[in-house]
Amino acid sequence: MEGAELAGKILSTWLTLVLGLILLPSAFGVSLGISEIYMKILVKTLEWATIRIEKGVPKESVLKNSASVGIIQRDESPMEKGLSGLRGRDFELSDVFYFSKKGLEAIVEDEVTQRFSSEELVSWNLLTRTNINFQYISLRLTMVWVLGVIVRYCVLLPLRVTLAFIGISLLVIGTTLVGQLPDGSLKNWLSELVHLTCCRICVRALSGTIHYHNKQYRPQKGGICVANHTSPIDVLILTTDGCYAMVGQVHGGLMGIIQRAMVKACPHVWFERSEMKDRHLVTKRLKEHIADKKKLPILIFPEGTCINNTSVMMFKKGSFEIGGTIHPVAIKYNPQFGDAFWNSSKYNMVSYLLRMMTSWAIVCDVWYMPPMTREEGEDAVQFANRVKSAIAVQGGLTELPWDGGLKRAKVKDTFKEEQQKNYSKMIVGNGSL
Amino acid sequence: MGSRGSHAARIPDADSIRRETGFSQASLLRLYHRFRALDRNKKGYLSRVDLQQIGALAVNPLGDRIIDSFFPDGNLRVDFPGFVRVLAHFRPVDEDDSSMRDPKEPEPLNSRMNKLRFAFQLYDLDRDGKISRHEMLQVLRLMVGVQVTEEQLESIADRTVQEADEDGDGAVSFLEFTKSLEKMDIEQKMSIRILK
Repeated sequence: MEGAELAGKILSTWLTLVLGLILLPSAFGVSLGISEIYMKILVKTLEWATIRIEKGVPKESVLKNSASVGIIQRDESPMEKGLSGLRGRDFELSDVFYFSKKGLEAIVEDEVTQRFSSEELVSWNLLTRTNINFQYISLRLTMVWVLGVIVRYCVLLPLRVTLAFIGISLLVIGTTLVGQLPDGSLKNWLSELVHLTCCRICVRALSGTIHYHNKQYRPQKGGICVANHTSPIDVLILTTDGCYAMVGQVHGGLMGIIQRAMVKACPHVWFERSEMKDRHLVTKRLKEHIADKKKLPILIFPEGTCINNTSVMMFKKGSFEIGGTIHPVAIKYNPQFGDAFWNSSKYNMVSYLLRMMTSWAIVCDVWYMPPMTREEGEDAVQFANRVKSAIAVQGGLTELPWDGGLKRAKVKDTFKEEQQKNYSKMIVGNGSL
Repeated sequence: MGSRGSHAARIPDADSIRRETGFSQASLLRLYHRFRALDRNKKGYLSRVDLQQIGALAVNPLGDRIIDSFFPDGNLRVDFPGFVRVLAHFRPVDEDDSSMRDPKEPEPLNSRMNKLRFAFQLYDLDRDGKISRHEMLQVLRLMVGVQVTEEQLESIADRTVQEADEDGDGAVSFLEFTKSLEKMDIEQKMSIRILK
């Protein structure tokens, strides 16, 4: 009996602590500074670890970080120059050299494949998952690593799981309750309160530290908020600072319950799987939503898939055809504390969330940017590219023209046809056969 | 526990691969990481599909021929040594290679002859050692797609085979191929330099 009493006492103190130190401040949007202290200790520890590692490893054997620099020397001259042979521009047997060289360069290194796996770190951050090579440096470093494992798995993980559980339950219960009220400003205010509180709790469940920049440009009602996509957590990060109407497919299971509960409190736009294929229907519903100036801004991720946060890929033009004001937002995670990228081919949602909860923290910067609208004579694709460049510049990410869908599907034949067209013009357009 | 270091020991048969291909330890390690990155399901080998998923290769008009060069003799898989062997053809030629080379050892994979052999087999679809007019047409068709008519393409193919063909058998053998390209700076056009 004593054992059960003791367990009960521990559980109740635990819950009171959680309630007092985390839940209540979240409801009021106040921070007690505990996470700041944690982050400071963490940063100091990682700095110390980096110094130890650099002392321990001899200089010659450390490979430079090649994540952003190419590993092969590229000759970016256009096709005409690359193909110039002995005789001018007719077809020659040697033309095949140019294409084979380009092809093998792509095999050795291409811009796209590397974006679908996690970014490599310059220095190790004491997480096994980011360690490429196990190399024993010193006893002290190993001890710190072991301590880190204990802290992460035995202290932080239960805390975070508790918080996540509380956060999601509160969300479902809160929104259902608020949904009972008649429409009006009270309902809106309460729904905002519920959403914000639960999102803050969930962000603390991940030990998230978020810096918001340029809050004056926060998306307004009746607009569309557009951001680069790295993981499902992006949604949490944005909704902690403001309420958005979400767009997406209706899921089953836990996600479905959350979706149905949320839509009771304020209008989100959920589509059935069959409706998603009909682009006109999607555009129509989104247009209706933003036409109503009282409704919350829509949140869309135009890349369509998760990219590893080193670059921004093609923005699909669908979101930019709806009209209205676009509010771009750039999100950049700091990979030193935890890798937020969701590699959906490698991890499913549950293992991804577990990885998130056993990282040190999620640290990111969010930049709100001035609103943009489509200009005269600009079509949706050009507008999409303009917004994409702006986000890439702000977030310090590389800009790529490739489609994120390359993760799963093969590239479209139209790109190959373009190359074939260029080449044909050269050998035939010359006139002399 | 530490950060990345060079660990050529993790590559199986690293020494024999280095001897055969002439890649430096650092380059080999980079290529090994690339091999592992392309091998999405961690099978230990690459299949055609793994290479076809590289966007920049799929849009290359000769993409399929290049992929075929990794799978000779009807193989369906290429392991790391096979992967590196093909890439070794594009290693830049060092001046030291020719002076230090033991004449009894086989020619290095990145010699002029071997680079030409690589280019030759891109044309020689049935690997019979000759590029027939028909094969020339097919490769040309790959490079131009639907942009050029059949007559135009045939005349280009005819002209090319005629100019290179010396013994009049209507096909281009490897020797005729090398002869017609003897003035070309192959070493520069078919080299990819891996940065340190």
